[in-house]
Amino acid sequence: MSKRRSFGMTLRQKRNYVGYVFVLPFIVGFLLFFLLPFIQSIVFSISELVIGRDGYELNYVGLRNYYQALFVSPQFREVFFGQVRQMMLNVPAILMFSFFAAILLNGEFKGRWLARVIFFLPVIMSAGIVLQLEKYDFMYDVGRAGGFSGTGIAGTNLKLFLNELKLPVVFIELLVTAVENVSDIIRKSGMPILVFLAGLQSIPSYLYEACDIEGATAWERFWIITFPLMTPSMVANIIYSIVDSFTAGDNELVRFIHTTAFGGMGYGVSVAMSWLYFMVIAVILALVVAVTSKRTYYLS
Amino acid sequence: MRLTYTLATKHKVKTVTVSVFRHAMIIAISFVILYPLMVKIPSAFMTEADAIDRLVRWIPTKLTLDNFKVAFQLMNYPKTFTNSLVLALTVSILQTISCMLIGYGLGRFEFPGGNLIMGLVLFTLVVPPQLINIPMYLNFRFFDIFGLLPKTINLLGTHWPFILTAITGTGLRNGFFIYIMRQCFKGMPQELEDAAYVDGAGPFTTFWRVMLPGAGNSLLIVFLFSFVWQWNDIFLSTLYLGGSLEYLPFALQDISQILYEGRREFLVTFQYASLLNNAGMLMFIAPLLIIYAVLQRYFIESIERTGITGF
Repeated sequence: MSKRRSFGMTLRQKRNYVGYVFVLPFIVGFLLFFLLPFIQSIVFSISELVIGRDGYELNYVGLRNYYQALFVSPQFREVFFGQVRQMMLNVPAILMFSFFAAILLNGEFKGRWLARVIFFLPVIMSAGIVLQLEKYDFMYDVGRAGGFSGTGIAGTNLKLFLNELKLPVVFIELLVTAVENVSDIIRKSGMPILVFLAGLQSIPSYLYEACDIEGATAWERFWIITFPLMTPSMVANIIYSIVDSFTAGDNELVRFIHTTAFGGMGYGVSVAMSWLYFMVIAVILALVVAVTSKRTYYLS
Repeated sequence: MRLTYTLATKHKVKTVTVSVFRHAMIIAISFVILYPLMVKIPSAFMTEADAIDRLVRWIPTKLTLDNFKVAFQLMNYPKTFTNSLVLALTVSILQTISCMLIGYGLGRFEFPGGNLIMGLVLFTLVVPPQLINIPMYLNFRFFDIFGLLPKTINLLGTHWPFILTAITGTGLRNGFFIYIMRQCFKGMPQELEDAAYVDGAGPFTTFWRVMLPGAGNSLLIVFLFSFVWQWNDIFLSTLYLGGSLEYLPFALQDISQILYEGRREFLVTFQYASLLNNAGMLMFIAPLLIIYAVLQRYFIESIERTGITGF
C-alpha cells in the first residue's frame, strides 16, 4: 500500500502509461524506418556513395552533389521548377474545385447517391499505373474519341482573351492551368471532396437557423458561417494535396530523381535533389501553417 | 395575398434554377470522371477492324472477348494477379492492425510525449518518401537488423520491406491512417471506458471488448485505402521489388511497352495494341471496381463520420 502511494500517481495517470505499449510499434518504426534513413539521407547528400558486394562506402564530398544537381545536371532545374510551379497552381485549383463540388453534393437532391458514388470513384482509380498508360493510349487521342487533349487549344485562346482583359498574371496562369488540366484536377479531387463534405456536415444546423432568424442572405451565411468553419478542412486538404503529389504518377520530378539514382548520375546527387525538393515543400507547408493558424476557426 | 403569391413564385424559381444548375454541373463533372471508363470498356470489347474504322467511335459493331484472352496470357494474369493480391492483402491487413493500435494509444491515453509522437506521425506524412528511399533501399539490401547480424542479408525482392514497415506504422501514408484511427478513438465517450474499468476490465480488455466494436467504420476505411493504395502502388514496388514482372502493375506496363514498341514477336498495329492495353487496364482495375461496388455505401457514409475535418 505504502509502495503504491510512493508513486504519487492516480489510477488514471498510471493507466495512461499503458499508452506507450500501444504506440511502441510506431516508436520502433519511426526510429528504424524513418529517423535513421532520414539522417542517412543527409549524410548521403554530402557524400559519394560506392556500393560494393556486401556493403557500401561513403566518401565525404561536401556540397558537390547539390552543386551537381543545380548547376551541372542539364535538366534538373527545368524539371524542378516546373514541378514546383505545377504544384503551386494545382493545389489552389484542386482546393477550389473540391470545395465547389462538396457544396454541390451537400444537401438533399435527386440522384445524390449516384453523384457521390461517381465523384469518389477517382479515390479508387486515379492512381498509379493506369493513369500513366492512358496518357499514351491511342484510344484516348483527340482524333479518335474527341478527348480532352483538345483543351490545350482552349487554354491558349483563353490566355489571349484574359490578357486582353488586363487581369493579374497570377490569376490568368491559375485559370489557364485549371482549364488545361480540368480532368486531372477533377480526378485528384476525390479525397479533398470527401474531407470538405465531412466538414460541411459537421457544421451544426442551429448556426444556420440563427442566421436565418437574423435575416442573413445565403451569400452572408456562406461567408459568416460556412467559410470560417471550413478553414480546418482547407488546411487538411492543402496538406493532403501536396502529400498526394509525392507519389502521383505524373510527378516528373520524382521520376527524374529516380532515374538519376538508378540510371547513372549517382545516389548522392539523387538524394541531394530530394533534399532540395523537400526544402521547398517544407517552406510551402510552413507558410501555409503560418498564414492559416491565426485564421483557422474551430467550433468549441 | 398578392405578396405571398410572388414570394412563393420567386422561391420556386430560385429552387428550380439551383436544382438545374446543380444537376448540370454534376452531369458535366461525372462525364469527365467517367470518360476514361467510357473509353476503356468499349475498346476492350472491340475488334481490330472497328478500331481502325474511324466511323466507329463509342459502340463496336461486333463484340469480342479476344482482347481479354490475349491480354490475360500476355500478363500471365493468374500468377501476377495472385502475387499482387497476396502482397496487397498482407500489407493492408498489417497496416490496419498496427495503425489501429497506434491510433488507440494516441487517442485514449494521455502520457508524456503523446502530442510529440502525434507530431512525428504527421511529420512522416509530409516528408516525401523519395527523400528516404535510397537509404531504405540500401538498408534492406544490406539488412543486418542494424548491426545485430554478423552477415548482411538481402531483403529486396521479398515482401519483408513491406511487412516490416507495415507492422510499425511507417508504410506509405500510414500517418494518415494513424490519424484517422486516433480521431475515431478520441471521439468515443469517456463514460464507456470508465464503465469498463469500474467493471474490472484492464486496458487491453477495454480496448478489445469495449472500444474496438465501435471502430468498425474507421477500420474499414483504413483497410480500403490501404488496399487500394498498395494495389495501385508502383513507387515502393519499383524500389523494393525492382519492378518485377511477377506483379500485376509491372506486367501491365510491360505488355503496353511490348505492344507499342513492337518488341519480341509482337508486331501489331497501334490500334490493336491499344485494344489489348485497354483490356489489360480493365483487368487491373476490376478488383478495385468490384470492392468499390460492394462497399461504396459504407465507404461514403462512414468517411463523413470519421472526423477527418481538419488537422
